[in-house]
Amino acid sequence: MTGHELGGRLRARDLSAAPEVLNLVESRTETNRAQTAELLAAVAPAALGGEAPAQIVGVTGPPGVGKSSLLSQLVSVWRARDRSVAVLAVDPSSRRSGGSLLGDRARIERDPADVSVFIRSTAAGDRLGGLAPATRAAAAALACAFDVVVIETVGVGQSETEVADVADAVAVVVQPGSGDVLQFLKSGIMEIPDVLVVTKSDLGQVATRALSDLRSALGALGATQTPVLAVSSVAPPSGIEELVGALDAHQSRLDVAQRRTRSRRAHALADFAAEHGDRGMRALGGRREADRWLRSLATDRPADVAALIEALERRAGVSP
Amino acid sequence: MSDHHTSRLSESDRPWLMRTYAGHSDAQRSNELYRLNLEKGQTGLSVAFDLPTQTGYDPDHILAKGEVGKVGVSIAHEGDMRTLMNGIPLDQMNTSMTINATAAWLLALYIVAAEEQGVAEHQLQGTTQNDILKEYLSRGTYAFPPAPSMRLIADTIAYTVEHVPKWNPINICSYHLQEAGATPVQEIAYAMSNAIAVLDAVRARVGGRAEVLMASVFGRISFFVNAGVRFIEEHAKLRAMSQLWDELGRDRYGVDDDKLRRFRYGVQVNSLGLTAAQPENNVYRIALEALAVTLGRDVRARALQLPAWNEALGLPRPWDQQWSLRLQQVLAYETDLLEYPDIFEGSHVMEGLVSELVDGARAEMAHVAELGGAVEAVDYMKSALVDSHRERWRRIESGELTVVGMNRFTSTETSPLTKDADGIMTVDPEVEAEQQAALVRWRSERDDAAVKQALKNLAEVAADDAQNIMPATIAAARAGATTGEWSQTLRDVFGEYRGPTGVGEAAAVSREDLEELRDEVERVSEALGRRLKFLVGKPGLDGHSNGAEQIAVRARDAGMDVVYEGIRLTPAQIASSAAQEGVHVIGLSILSGSHAELIPLVLQALADAGVPDVPVIVGGIIPEADAATLREAGVAAVYTPKDWDLNRMISDIVAIVSERHGLESVAGA
Repeated sequence: MTGHELGGRLRARDLSAAPEVLNLVESRTETNRAQTAELLAAVAPAALGGEAPAQIVGVTGPPGVGKSSLLSQLVSVWRARDRSVAVLAVDPSSRRSGGSLLGDRARIERDPADVSVFIRSTAAGDRLGGLAPATRAAAAALACAFDVVVIETVGVGQSETEVADVADAVAVVVQPGSGDVLQFLKSGIMEIPDVLVVTKSDLGQVATRALSDLRSALGALGATQTPVLAVSSVAPPSGIEELVGALDAHQSRLDVAQRRTRSRRAHALADFAAEHGDRGMRALGGRREADRWLRSLATDRPADVAALIEALERRAGVSP
Repeated sequence: MSDHHTSRLSESDRPWLMRTYAGHSDAQRSNELYRLNLEKGQTGLSVAFDLPTQTGYDPDHILAKGEVGKVGVSIAHEGDMRTLMNGIPLDQMNTSMTINATAAWLLALYIVAAEEQGVAEHQLQGTTQNDILKEYLSRGTYAFPPAPSMRLIADTIAYTVEHVPKWNPINICSYHLQEAGATPVQEIAYAMSNAIAVLDAVRARVGGRAEVLMASVFGRISFFVNAGVRFIEEHAKLRAMSQLWDELGRDRYGVDDDKLRRFRYGVQVNSLGLTAAQPENNVYRIALEALAVTLGRDVRARALQLPAWNEALGLPRPWDQQWSLRLQQVLAYETDLLEYPDIFEGSHVMEGLVSELVDGARAEMAHVAELGGAVEAVDYMKSALVDSHRERWRRIESGELTVVGMNRFTSTETSPLTKDADGIMTVDPEVEAEQQAALVRWRSERDDAAVKQALKNLAEVAADDAQNIMPATIAAARAGATTGEWSQTLRDVFGEYRGPTGVGEAAAVSREDLEELRDEVERVSEALGRRLKFLVGKPGLDGHSNGAEQIAVRARDAGMDVVYEGIRLTPAQIASSAAQEGVHVIGLSILSGSHAELIPLVLQALADAGVPDVPVIVGGIIPEADAATLREAGVAAVYTPKDWDLNRMISDIVAIVSERHGLESVAGA
């Protein structure tokens, strides 16, 4: 199936196209890369007549904090509200073998007959802790068919910055007693997330303490508006409805077009960098300069990623 | 003890309890088997339950498909337990039940069945295994999350100490840890840490009565250990456990009475080391392993059950089990084993070995304690076991560890013992339908209102942490509730749970012997356009995941993207994962013998999910006749315990994918 046809199925909100979309965008063969570009054009705002309707949520945090259990609860709340959900779970790869063990989907309880939940695990490839190259494309494509697209990544300090480039909202997940997150936040290694989630609230006092520590750290940074929520994924779960509410509130305040435009620029730059490396980036005068230049290309309607990459390649004088 | 001559006992010791882990199909057939076994000189019962009973599903549940009566007997309600124990006087019998997640329920059924025989609960003797942590770590028949599971354990202990005082309410199992790859030090440390978690939970639950009760609670805790073929070290392991247990009783729980601090244990000797290649050699292995747990009087096993020589081939027949029982009888009644005091007393070598193990175990126990105790450390222990198991396998593959007949001395004559196709037992496939029909009858004949009320009470008790689960459970058993109903009631209150797979944290080691494989995976991945993706799935209720885990880790180390979701998946779940993940190949592992039913269901589900032409390979304890049937049904390859070389298996898998996609093989090019 061509990228154009797949784009058509997604525009018609055919959720069963999702696996094939992922198989395509993950593929690095020449033909498939061309098809992916075609697909991205078919789901670009120009083709849709506006931004894709989904809420794109990044969920990120250190290993072992309970992200997947939290996701399991989130998925069930979204489904109860009849919203379709695509989860893109990004796992780190082994540097030694290149292989990976993808086990996160196991922790997300789902009814296999429910076609409105799609879960795909992807290895981060060579970019340890970062975003798989295909994940940006997948998120952009699935956002026009699903109601919610979740990108789950592991890490703290860098990963939320990358997720922020793709998602409308970033929820950073921490567990009680994780002082490093507090430090990262204070020292600016980590950017201020849209929502902070403290898991394992069933632990009681330590969880309450973590909440107030994070709140005061955010206060010191002047980010008093950032919601800090306590959740528990063990039965009976708590705080999940509130988290969904906080994400929805964020979405309704957000200038989606502006954020997505920014994310398309980041996407184009990332793809350009992956393809042409440091040399290509130098030809553009560095990443910041390239981003400034892309912003100056303001047109009356938002450009799609493929067009942006093409523009960058022309400017850098490199062939695609 | 002798008076003067300490080299001989004045009177020979009584032998240990001799059992055979047995049970299959339904209560009627298993009852017949038990009576036969008792006639042969067996002195206790060891009940094997089927997987639906162990995990709390009725025979008509979707997950029970293919598993009813397979690895043990199906007990769906009190009527089944009554039939199972028919004609066996429960005031005299000592019954061990391998039951964990649903232990409280099966104990309740046993109490009510005894009641009907006119035997009061305080007369009952036996053991419920009731050890949940090793289910998370190795065996996989858990049902509820850790916290409520620990509560169920504490409740059964608190209840039996007062009402069923001769009962061993828990068998702390180190057995399954060794099966999962534990070194002796890990086996000791994790078992002791597990015991501490249980005892602490009980102490917290009995509250103000702890002072009075803890000594008797401590005295009722018994262990279920393993013995491998390195039988000298294995014996030392038991002495080390005995020493640590004694210290724990004295120092941590203030138990003054020496007798209550005695290390009591039953044994099933090692199944992990039994080979499919030249299986007759297993008889020697089993005999040596039996010596490990009987040689030294001070730490001699209280109860012993031996595996059958052909377990790696399939379900043993009654004759195979008889052969193992006879070994126990020769050891106890023909040899002079029981005539002496402890023969290792004063041995410097043994003492040295023991203190080495004790020191190692202490360090590991301290680490588990640092992590917050055994319950909190489940993830850590699981990945440590996966790593140990991998190391053991590496040593076998490299030849550092000799396994006679398997990786050394492999030339063989044709064995007259295995040349018949029917060298194993098969369970009548009709059993599942029969049990389902019987269950429908049972439900129609009982007082539904009484059952509903009993389950309502059970739910209330479950939701109230201050109450003990046992009285409401016994009431539900009496009212005629089913195993599935009891479990579902608790699942609704406690929630569902998936144990850690341990594979995600397994260390990625650099290995030269993998270089060639990695090149091949890389080459095929390039040709496919994306990295070769492999789904490893365990359909059905079988929780023995060691094999699947080792395959998953090795495939990752060879450079594949591996999707592994752990145990207990329905065919529809596997098919849905395969479709969504876009995998290139699927590996299914089943060790419970239900492959003939489950694999075709998975193939069908894959077709229904529109998974296009993805090759499926299958691993398990699969007799050749079944393997042929599976291949005819479309399975690309079948692996059995004979295929112990994992690299060769991974290489096969790459070749299968390569061929399916019409890629040229690099071999010979």
